[in-house]
Amino acid sequence: MELTLSILLGFMIIGALFAIHAKDLLSAVIAAGIVGYSLVICFLLLKAPDLAIVQIVVETITLIIMVAVVLDSTREELKVKVDRQQIINISLALIFIVLLAFFFVQATGKLNPFGEHTLRMANAYVGETASKTGSTNLVTGVLFDFRGYDTLGEATILFTAAIGVLSILRIKGRK
Amino acid sequence: MIVYILCFILFLVGLYGLITRRNLIKIVISLSIMEFSIFILLVLIGYIDGGIAPIIPENVTNPTYVDPLPQAMVLTAIVIGLATTAMLMAIAIRLYRKYRTFDIRDIKNLKG
Repeated sequence: MELTLSILLGFMIIGALFAIHAKDLLSAVIAAGIVGYSLVICFLLLKAPDLAIVQIVVETITLIIMVAVVLDSTREELKVKVDRQQIINISLALIFIVLLAFFFVQATGKLNPFGEHTLRMANAYVGETASKTGSTNLVTGVLFDFRGYDTLGEATILFTAAIGVLSILRIKGRK
Repeated sequence: MIVYILCFILFLVGLYGLITRRNLIKIVISLSIMEFSIFILLVLIGYIDGGIAPIIPENVTNPTYVDPLPQAMVLTAIVIGLATTAMLMAIAIRLYRKYRTFDIRDIKNLKG
């Protein structure tokens, strides 16, 4: 189980590296699709079918939007020259990485090893979902009943984003 | 433990792309890669060996489920990620129509 997941995550890392370094924007977008669809398989292996369904729909929509944008504009990546600014950026990235690695080591020391999680908060949900909400799917019960206000906020964000996209694409700019 | 470290490496790859690339499309791709690494990390933490998917089965008493709480939260986060990406892409295509390039060094009318 852990080995399969590690191989899939390795695939995702290779896809991400290719997406960042590709010379053609269209192949960069498709390589980002590798990462998203491997995530779907990971969710299925981790016993999260609802997440897999949502992720496969969302990934397809994202890919369609990105391909549409790339085909509508240009496919060529910029010429990457290694100048002073680029060197400053790369060293900044390395400093950030070392800093984050330090915090990561601190945080994972407190986590349980993979596969040995104990339910704490979710105990209240697991026992009572069927009798309190009538839902046989625990994730749906949590999402739409116990934490319904979160879902209301999510719907608000989606609505706002849709209005934002519409207004951004419709305004006429100043020349 | 190795899966957590691989998730972290995926996050770092996204961060590296975010800081060093100059192309708007690549910056959006790096952001979504960082998002994906966080999703998979949260679901990995909630996994229990031998657990079943959190759907109540028939004729089984007291089964072990994987933790449904991180799954519900990640479901919300995935949809919000879609909204963010769509918004960023709309802004990118507007900027391309005005400046005829995706290079963030040439888009500097807002520079103070």
